[in-house]
Amino acid sequence: MSCLTRTLLIVLLAVAPLTNSLAQDLTAGDMKSLDGQVQEIKSDVLGIASELSNLEERLLYPSNTQVSVFVALAEEEDFRLDSVQIEINGELATHHIYSFKELEALQKGGVQRIYTGNMTTGEHQLNVTIMGKLKSGKDFSESDSFVFSKGIEPKALGLTLSGPGIQVGSW
Amino acid sequence: MRRLSASVVAVLLGASLGASPAQCDELKDLHFGEALYYAHQSDYFSALERLDSEVIQHAELDQPELGTLQYHINDAEFSLGDFELRYRMHHRAGRAITAVLEGAVDERVRNDAAYRLARIHFQKNQIDDAMRALNRIDGEVPKPIRDDVEFLRANIYLAQDKPEEAMKAFERLQDSDSYGGFAAYNLGIAYLQDGQRSLALEQLDRAGQITTDDPAELAIRDKSNLVAGTIYLESGEQERALPYLNRVRLDGPFSNQALLSAGWASMATEQFDRAVVPWSILVEREVTDRATQEAMLALPYAYGKLDIHGRAAVYYGRALDAFGAEVDKLNKSIDSIREGKFLEALIREEIRKSEDWVIRLRSLPETPETYYMMELLASHDFQTGLQNYLDLADLRRKLLAWEASFDSFDEMVAIRQEHYEPLLPDVDTYFRELDSKLRLRREQHMMLVKRRDDLLTTPRPEFLATPEEQAVLKRIEYIESQMANADIAFSDSFAARLKRLKGRLTWTLETEYHARLTEFDRNLRSLDEAMAVAQAEYDQYVRSRQAATHSYVGYEAPIERLRTKARESVSKVELLMARQGRSLEVVAIEELMARRSHLENYGDKARFALADSYDRATQAQAKVNGE
Repeated sequence: MSCLTRTLLIVLLAVAPLTNSLAQDLTAGDMKSLDGQVQEIKSDVLGIASELSNLEERLLYPSNTQVSVFVALAEEEDFRLDSVQIEINGELATHHIYSFKELEALQKGGVQRIYTGNMTTGEHQLNVTIMGKLKSGKDFSESDSFVFSKGIEPKALGLTLSGPGIQVGSW
Repeated sequence: MRRLSASVVAVLLGASLGASPAQCDELKDLHFGEALYYAHQSDYFSALERLDSEVIQHAELDQPELGTLQYHINDAEFSLGDFELRYRMHHRAGRAITAVLEGAVDERVRNDAAYRLARIHFQKNQIDDAMRALNRIDGEVPKPIRDDVEFLRANIYLAQDKPEEAMKAFERLQDSDSYGGFAAYNLGIAYLQDGQRSLALEQLDRAGQITTDDPAELAIRDKSNLVAGTIYLESGEQERALPYLNRVRLDGPFSNQALLSAGWASMATEQFDRAVVPWSILVEREVTDRATQEAMLALPYAYGKLDIHGRAAVYYGRALDAFGAEVDKLNKSIDSIREGKFLEALIREEIRKSEDWVIRLRSLPETPETYYMMELLASHDFQTGLQNYLDLADLRRKLLAWEASFDSFDEMVAIRQEHYEPLLPDVDTYFRELDSKLRLRREQHMMLVKRRDDLLTTPRPEFLATPEEQAVLKRIEYIESQMANADIAFSDSFAARLKRLKGRLTWTLETEYHARLTEFDRNLRSLDEAMAVAQAEYDQYVRSRQAATHSYVGYEAPIERLRTKARESVSKVELLMARQGRSLEVVAIEELMARRSHLENYGDKARFALADSYDRATQAQAKVNGE
């Protein structure tokens, strides 16, 4: 059970006998009908968001020039990732400082799209610098360079980070 | 007690929904991983947006089985339903999971889907549908959800008023790591539902003594003791009630109610001095709590019974002041809600950054109304309404931001059009010239390749003659034809010279044929490479030319369509927000008015009791003076 669930559970348990009468008042038809309508509008807005993402991608990052960089943590890594900096062909592409929630999401297997941009076809140089803290409490910083080839199709590069170490793979 | 158990069942099921989203051992699809990244941060809107697109794109592939999402397709479809459920889109969640359930999937996946569907039905209070979904589970149940399934089944039985089946299921869960404490308490509730009071009390006694350091289990342990104590108290067995009430932790969520009940238990046995102890603790606690407020009247009442009327009068006076202050606070709160400040506070983003934002809300000085609304805020239907309101506020923020970006898109497209349109006619003219040249070279190249291939199967040495040799050969053939058609005879030596010359040339062509063919092939291969480079440049040019057009053509209609959709959605969202907000305000005001009325009633009682205590104190003093 998550921390939030536990917190809510305790609050809910504390008030359980009282809330039923309130709940009964609130389960009237208008609440149900409103709930249904809220679900519908959520669905509509999700549709708009999806269309908008496609449009943005076509407009800003056409498939023949698109390069995306994703970040994942190696399995069972317990180092604390503080930041990632990415340079492409010597130019700063992005620099990200991780919040606790973001780090937790990475540790649970999430993958972060850290950069999307446009590149010409051909070879390019990717420099990655990561900073963080090891389980021992020691600060560490690691940099590595990779060469990748951009063809006419969208390029997705996946960085798998461990403490310390960087691996790159193409998807 | 039925009402109590039903609410607890719902609460505990809510707790069981806190499982983490689906996760694969080895991630093969980055976009699925990206959706999980957002889901793990509880940003289910972004997670759904990405995963929905990814699943649709996967389904549209010519060969979906070759796509990277294929490795995770079952998880992805589950996760869609899961995220929809967490984003409170039960209708879509139900459909997504039913689709998985009815697909050709293996036993474990189907059983997992059946469980999730049952959970959705139970949450929506569709108890029979929940049981039907659960009954579709057959064969192997995935280990991580075994206890979840059993706990849900037990709760459904309880909700269906089938305590016997519920008891069996709860008994099986007694040793569960995740549900042990809850199952122990719910088993007691099931006994009560079945009318087996003594067994219920025995079970609640056991549940009230579990050893744990888990805050949720400690809370359920307290609840078990409080319920057992209350049952004894209500049946007039005050002495038996007290040990249970005393077991409730002083710093737990049930402490106030337990202290209040403990005081009443002592009062019922006329042990007034013992009642003063818990109530003296309670009156120093949060004044908005119902138990505290009751204790503020009960404590001086106990002092009155002990004939300490002076102290009783002091406490009644304090109670009266406190109730008056609270009534003022409630009046301000009701006014504040009517002015819309409650809803304003709810949508403040910094408040909701914390997981316990509902609790933090009460600490805001500008939202005094929340002091009295903890119970309301925690009730399931109010929570649904509240979450809907907050979701609508988020949607509105998103839509307004998108609306602003449509203008930027329009401008971007216009700038590109302005840039490219004057350039493209010249570019196209040049392109056409280049295209015809390349086409010609391509044909020549193909002809040479064909010739080489022919030479490999049918040797033709004359095809590999140098231009000089070809000229000589032609000249010889010409002379030969002239000689054949001439009226006069040529000398033998001339004919022999011509033949020798031809023989010499043929000798060279024949003997050097293989070397020349090799050289020809080598040259052709170099040409292949040059042609490939030319073709690549040509393709790159074509792509760039297309990209130039694609960068500004074909956007007007989709941007306009999206702009219209977004505008319409903003109107709908604002309308729904107004309705949802209004219903929340009405319910909140009703709740505060009920609490105010309750306090006014207490105030009246305190006023009369205060006067009475003064009288009694004065009489007692007079009596002492008279003596």
